[in-house]
Amino acid sequence: MISIQNEDFSLGDEYAAIRTRAGDVGAIVTFTGLVREIYRDDNTAGAVQSLTLEHYPGMTEKCLKDIQLKAEDRWPLLATRIIHRVGELCNHDQIVLVATASAHRKAAFESAEFIMDYLKSEAPFWKKQKSESESSWIESRDTDKAALDRWQKS
Amino acid sequence: MLNIQYFASIREALNRSEEELDLPRDVKSVQALIDYLVSVNPHFEVVFLGSGDSKISKVLVAVNQTIVDRSHPLSQNDEVAFFPPMTGG
Repeated sequence: MISIQNEDFSLGDEYAAIRTRAGDVGAIVTFTGLVREIYRDDNTAGAVQSLTLEHYPGMTEKCLKDIQLKAEDRWPLLATRIIHRVGELCNHDQIVLVATASAHRKAAFESAEFIMDYLKSEAPFWKKQKSESESSWIESRDTDKAALDRWQKS
Repeated sequence: MLNIQYFASIREALNRSEEELDLPRDVKSVQALIDYLVSVNPHFEVVFLGSGDSKISKVLVAVNQTIVDRSHPLSQNDEVAFFPPMTGG
């Protein structure tokens, strides 16, 4: 199940829902990503007031569905849940939720990480950070790409 | 009509989010479309060829919501999108 939304989400509600949906489940992994204080190029902290997330409506849904199917092909999953927020978010706000349910923990852990690695660089989201004085687009990172390549090798 | 969409830093650099284009007959690929856009609007040159002080290092292309390379064929009624590397999660 996939949602792209402006609204916040409740981890408790989502956990209860996937637990019910997964049936005879032995392991549920939930990952929550938060907006953290961003360091600027000159390495000075603070100042960043908010993050705006833009996406490509239509393609985003398609990509998330595709990532979910890839994970379900690779691991024996009983249920998956992806929520990605868009719009304006503040420091420490929840931004993304990935939950995976399986009979055993290894599949649940690995698939949650796999989905997050794909989300980072394969789904059409873009982050812009804003401080009191300026705003700038966050650049993609090579480490995110490397995290993704790892899954393609094995 | 070809529908072209621009996102994030590309959208801001071009100051437009979407446009319709009657696809010229000799424009048959993504690369040909980029060449055409650059020829009609100098702003595109900065974005696609990375000249000047543009911070846009790489432009990705999607046709009908799937990422493709620049040799990908184009036809009338396609939806084309240009955007920078993605930063989700």
